[in-house]
Amino acid sequence: MSELTELSAAEAVGRIRAGEISARELFDAYRERAAADELNAYTWVADGAPDEMPDAETPLAGVPVAVKDLFCTEGIPSQAGSRILEGYRPPYTATVVARLQDAGATLLGKTNQDEFAMGSSNENSAFGPVLNPWDRTRVPGGSSGGSAAAVAGGSAPWAIGTDTGGSIRQPAALCGIVGLKPTYGACSRYGMIAFASSLDQAGPFTRDVADAALLFAHMAGRDSRDSTSTGLPGPIEPPRAEDLRGIRLGVPADLLGDEDGVGIDAGVRESFEATLRIAEGLGASIETCALPHAPHALSAYYLIAPAEASANLARYDGVRYGLRVAGDESLEAMYSRTRGEGFGAEVKRRVMLGTYALASGYYDAYYGTALKVRTKIAEDFRAAFAEVDFIVTPTSPTTAFELGAKTADPLAMYLNDYCTVPMSLAGIPAISIPSGLGDGLPIGFQLAGAAFSETRLLDAAHALERAIGFDGSAVRNRTVAQNG
Amino acid sequence: MLERAQVVHVARLARLELQESELERMAGELSSVLDHIERIRELDLTGVEPTGSPAAAPGSDRAPVAMMRPDEPIPGLTREQALAAAPEPVDGAFGVPSPGPAE
Repeated sequence: MSELTELSAAEAVGRIRAGEISARELFDAYRERAAADELNAYTWVADGAPDEMPDAETPLAGVPVAVKDLFCTEGIPSQAGSRILEGYRPPYTATVVARLQDAGATLLGKTNQDEFAMGSSNENSAFGPVLNPWDRTRVPGGSSGGSAAAVAGGSAPWAIGTDTGGSIRQPAALCGIVGLKPTYGACSRYGMIAFASSLDQAGPFTRDVADAALLFAHMAGRDSRDSTSTGLPGPIEPPRAEDLRGIRLGVPADLLGDEDGVGIDAGVRESFEATLRIAEGLGASIETCALPHAPHALSAYYLIAPAEASANLARYDGVRYGLRVAGDESLEAMYSRTRGEGFGAEVKRRVMLGTYALASGYYDAYYGTALKVRTKIAEDFRAAFAEVDFIVTPTSPTTAFELGAKTADPLAMYLNDYCTVPMSLAGIPAISIPSGLGDGLPIGFQLAGAAFSETRLLDAAHALERAIGFDGSAVRNRTVAQNG
Repeated sequence: MLERAQVVHVARLARLELQESELERMAGELSSVLDHIERIRELDLTGVEPTGSPAAAPGSDRAPVAMMRPDEPIPGLTREQALAAAPEPVDGAFGVPSPGPAE
């Protein structure tokens, strides 16, 4: 059984098609691992393989996928990590999940996450924190911590999550796997329980870039139910590049300097520099590029995202679904009590921040100003991409921190997103690949490209990944007994 | 920086009932975040257009796609589906407590 789960998803598809392995057996092997998961990565696991497995000739051939809990899955709990949606079973399925199922994917389980996708450590879930498979005293990152831990811990061949300010890329980095945030609009947001509508994007978590390209290709596409979805201008080709000849990589001094006291760990910086040398060895040229407004991206993000969240979370009021805190009092009291009891501390903080930023008298100074900063950030990236092909940074300033290490100070937690938030604001694609270890913990290398450059981005990431040769299989292949 | 009265006001706007201990902590936490965020107000953003969403960004090279679908009815949820998760279905509708007297 264990050899089945050692195959990458693409390898598994090939073997299923060749009749060498059974998709049902593969599903069962993963299901057993998911059901025995000790990382708290799942909030729901399938009872068994579907009665009818997808045809082997479908693109994904029945290979199972783990799905972040905020994707609505008809009849199956979809709780977004929140008490206010505890037990909620939606009457419909998110477009991205439906597309994957149409392509032959099977639903393995729903993964744990920070509540309403707000967090960078998966410590904000109403269903308990997720543990990092590399070191169980540490966080897997967030908000898609469950999806990342499932893939890194070998209980799912691949998974999907969402990225609003870094919630795919940062957990991918902390867990030593690949995570892609696509161009805004590439994937439909229909059925994705919303946090911030101008930032949220679905994306893949995988063991390698080839799997990321395969999964992403079947997630993306224009959807008439999401008017912000554009799909992709062309198909995603399987990545083939073996070198980076002619590729110009831009290093943004504005983001990597220490003036803002962000404090990129020495070990992270070392791995980043070493990866740049590897890239040069593959023929890339390394240049500095200017992103003058990028240091303000975090501030703009922590105005825009909470503002949008305060509007998106207004629907959780105890009326139509979810928790209702009953009492003899008025409608308004029901709203306030329900939300007071149903939302966790981080969600309340962001709803308050967002409500304040949008309140009359403060709108122009805060939210209005943040939207202008956003314009400048997007302009900075466009100008930079006229000079370089991809912009590169460490994904996260630190490796996985200990559970509880950053929960006392919200601002300290927000700083985890420093290198990922600018790309989210600009709506451009970015991928994190593992670049090495620091004190035994994974470090991520981020590459960002111009809007709709995913095929080229995946190709470059693939070439770099081959040369880096990061191997997460020891952590992935630990049996449950060994994990005890 | 944030007065308690402001926090109470914002909590009311957000329909969030906060306990006394939460109110105290919230004022400090929000102030600390706002202090950091405040710095963007020092930037010179004269003449800069706001970007609400990458889908419709000023000056972007993303061609605005006509995102509209044909104005034709398509099936939606049935009443049963819509009420399936309702805390208090009443006569085929969502039951709620009375709004109470206007304040």
